[in-house]
Amino acid sequence: MSIKRRDFLKAAVTGSAVAALPAPAEARSNLEVPPNAVGMLYDATLCIGCKACMASCKEANDMPVESADVSPIWDTPLDTSGKTKNIIKVYTDGTAEVKDRETDGFSFVKRHCMHCVDPGCISVCPVTAMRKDPDTGVVTYHEEACIGCRYCVWACPYNIPKWDFDDAFGKINKCEFCNHLLAEGKLPACVDHCPTGASLFGTREEMLEEARRRLAMNPGDTYEFPRNTLDDPNRHEAVVPHYIDRVYGETQGGGTQVLVLAGVPFGKLDLPDVPERSFAAISETIQHTVYKGMIAPLALLGGLMFISRRNTGKEDDE
Amino acid sequence: MISDLDLHLEPATGISRRGFLKFCSGVAVTLGLTPAAGAQIAHAVMNSKRPPVIWLSAQECTGCTESLLRAHHPTLENLILDMISLDYHETLSVAAGHQAEAARRASMEENYGNYLLVVDGAIPTKDGGIYCKVANRTIQEHLEEAAAGAAAIVAIGSCAAWGGIPSSGINPTGAVGVSEILPDKTIVNIPGCPPNPYNFLSTVLQFVTFGTLPALDDQGRPKFAYGRLIHENCERRPHFDAGRFAMQFGDEGHRQGWCLYKLGCKGPETYANCPAILFGDVGSGSWPVGTGHPCFGCTEKGVGFTKPIHALADVESVTPPLTFASVDQPKGNGMTPGAAGVVGVAGGAAVGAAAVMMSRLGKVELIPEKKKKKKRKNKNKGKSTAAEE
Repeated sequence: MSIKRRDFLKAAVTGSAVAALPAPAEARSNLEVPPNAVGMLYDATLCIGCKACMASCKEANDMPVESADVSPIWDTPLDTSGKTKNIIKVYTDGTAEVKDRETDGFSFVKRHCMHCVDPGCISVCPVTAMRKDPDTGVVTYHEEACIGCRYCVWACPYNIPKWDFDDAFGKINKCEFCNHLLAEGKLPACVDHCPTGASLFGTREEMLEEARRRLAMNPGDTYEFPRNTLDDPNRHEAVVPHYIDRVYGETQGGGTQVLVLAGVPFGKLDLPDVPERSFAAISETIQHTVYKGMIAPLALLGGLMFISRRNTGKEDDE
Repeated sequence: MISDLDLHLEPATGISRRGFLKFCSGVAVTLGLTPAAGAQIAHAVMNSKRPPVIWLSAQECTGCTESLLRAHHPTLENLILDMISLDYHETLSVAAGHQAEAARRASMEENYGNYLLVVDGAIPTKDGGIYCKVANRTIQEHLEEAAAGAAAIVAIGSCAAWGGIPSSGINPTGAVGVSEILPDKTIVNIPGCPPNPYNFLSTVLQFVTFGTLPALDDQGRPKFAYGRLIHENCERRPHFDAGRFAMQFGDEGHRQGWCLYKLGCKGPETYANCPAILFGDVGSGSWPVGTGHPCFGCTEKGVGFTKPIHALADVESVTPPLTFASVDQPKGNGMTPGAAGVVGVAGGAAVGAAAVMMSRLGKVELIPEKKKKKKRKNKNKGKSTAAEE
């Protein structure tokens, strides 16, 4: 190496001083829940797997039938996709005899956008194709702004946004909380058509409260489970099941506006154990630290130029 | 003989030979037998001494009998005059009082071990069973006595099958089904409120013809009739799958004939063949759900007379065409150690190459010697370099 030990140490000290400039106090924290955040509570123990929500979702959003079968008679998607925003999946174990039991049992799970409080898809979007409503918190997709980079597909911890590869000018497809129906004062289609109240609509606060209420009840008691919304008189009396004592989405990834209750561990239902600090907060902290005032990049560039200059300069002098 | 049918049957009953054989084939098909078995049934019905039947009525409303009265193939008179010998039935007996009791005793003694015992109504057990008495004896005593000499026992109606209405709620009389009184006997349960007469007739005619009883499920119900959920054969099922539900009686969805699940239909947890064979032989739609009322689960213990009508059913089983995506759809297995190694080596090589390049900056002749000298000269000269080159 042609760098003198002294010069190297000098550069290293300068570099680390620059890197240490932004204090840890400036780390980006999780975003706050929007003031009028809408919410959905999906209670897997109430779900009967009728798929009415899937059918109504397709109808409300004008989506085509997607079949995993050779002869496409039934709508049987395998996952969220360019043609499916909402899907009921099943977890089975062993003989799959009893619902909501981990061993030798089964459970349904409804998968669609969780509408994160601090969404990764919005954080990574280089344009403004993904937006979160500042009031209701609904995460929407805007095709006109999208450049098709599909970063959102990779950034989502829940594996939700999907690109429609069948279309030459494809676009992202994901649940948008039936935003067009909310604007008309209607319920999201999946909630509206859910016969048992497994999908419930309200504010996020209300949903969280309802979820905690259910967790606090004694299994075996009966409870009038609300359907559609909390104040709908049309309720469903059923026995309180054995819940996993946690509201999925309360803190996961900085919280989500879709909350889930279930009788089998969430990990088994394809709901990952996302850390409390949102990925958006982590990556933005790193990015904003590294690029703060362009000091670190400039310092790095300067250092490299310095080294190059020194090396080439030496040769020139010979 | 079957060939003599025309001689006896038509003048007596108004049924032609052709009509009778059609009926027998129909029974055979209901039982899941080949139509050829119809001839056997006809033969059995015509030839043997009509099998004696003792019909006991406990805590009942006579709905089961009324249901049977409305059967068309065969009609009741056809059944009891030509096919079986109904030796005791409180509603249908010509005899009354001591006469009827005497007839029952005579038949039970004469046909000991050969008669068919049919029971409708629940059996009260509380306070010594005093809440249902016939001829000054409790119905439980009658039942135990009759069961001793019975070749087969059929419990018709939900009350006889598992207690039905009398056993619901606080059950003031301690009512139970026949099988609880006679735990050691095989009892064919034909639950329903009222039960479909053809499920009963098919069972009776199988017994009359072959001397056997149909295959039973774990609740003693014939599998040919109670093998599947109402939900599975319901004509409104496509509406369930499509999420189209009537929300209240008389609303748009209700008028359109949509699924009644949200109104409390118990079809998804009730085993019966109602949607397949209907009631009353008057054509399509002639069963509760067909007329727009949710099924209330009369054939199912713990559902009928137990769950409120508006309460949602527990969906017992999920049947095709509903197939579900699994939560663990294969999504690739992540990086293998080999692949990680290759990537690691490539990354290391890139870093190494960059380091070497850095260290060699200025040492390697990046620009050919001639040009370099020229360039240096130009550099020394001043600013006209670009123009010259």
